[in-house]
Amino acid sequence: MSEFFAMGGYAGFVWSAYGATALVMVGLLIWSWRSRKAAEAALQQLEEARRGP
Amino acid sequence: MAGLHALANPAKFVRLTDALIPWCAGLAALAIAAGLYLGLIEAPADYQQGETVRIMFVHVPSAWLALGLYTGMALASASGLIWRHPVADLLAKAMAPIGAGFTLIALITGSLWGKPMWGAWWVWDARLTSVLVLFFLYLGYMAIWQAYDDPTRGARAAAILALVGFINVPIVKFSVDWWNTLHQPASVVKAGGPAIHPSILTPLLIMALGFFAFAALVVMIRAQGEIAERRLSALRLAEARSETP
Repeated sequence: MSEFFAMGGYAGFVWSAYGATALVMVGLLIWSWRSRKAAEAALQQLEEARRGP
Repeated sequence: MAGLHALANPAKFVRLTDALIPWCAGLAALAIAAGLYLGLIEAPADYQQGETVRIMFVHVPSAWLALGLYTGMALASASGLIWRHPVADLLAKAMAPIGAGFTLIALITGSLWGKPMWGAWWVWDARLTSVLVLFFLYLGYMAIWQAYDDPTRGARAAAILALVGFINVPIVKFSVDWWNTLHQPASVVKAGGPAIHPSILTPLLIMALGFFAFAALVVMIRAQGEIAERRLSALRLAEARSETP
């Protein structure tokens, strides 16, 4: 197992590359998800207010 | 063509992407999990590069997406300019940050691969430099959208930049053939077929499939967000107009 994590002495390079990739991809997903949610919530609120009394 | 034109209708676009999103999410999760297992555990270390070859499984799919998303962005921009489809402009806008993100991943992972194998984090060879230019083209495209208050004019200006900047895409692709680069030439997408052993090629292609599904997923989520945003600002504008006498 420790051999797997050591990556033949290149652990720092290999794991940093995978870590940076995961960070950017997860960041893009969360950011996109949240901005869609915010826009849809604001839209729904405005549409309800327009339909209002 | 009729199918494509139907997508210009925002409501239809949202309905279609709502149906596609779960499939893309499932495909991305499965393929990336399989790609990680095959790439990190099953694939052998390279006889010259040792374990650092595993960086390829994230570096190469990201670089393909960096070019692929720019191409998609240019195509969507062109159809936005020609047919004035607002959804095409918003789709291009949605692709930009995702493309910039994958370009950044390609640059970072390439640097982390270059240091142990070339002895340098960065060299100004044609491939690396043209990919850096690609990254700045994405940033410039996004900055133009931000710079205009009127989204229609912003879309137009951004689309023109996307199309002019497209010249850089073949430069990135063929830089390794046209110039003497430290970066190695193409070994998968090349005449005569891939020059990689299946034990390395299979995890690479599976990971690429996962990354493409992931990119499609995030682009669709962003595009839906942009459509909601556009509708929101149209409604706010209508409100403001009806309030002022």
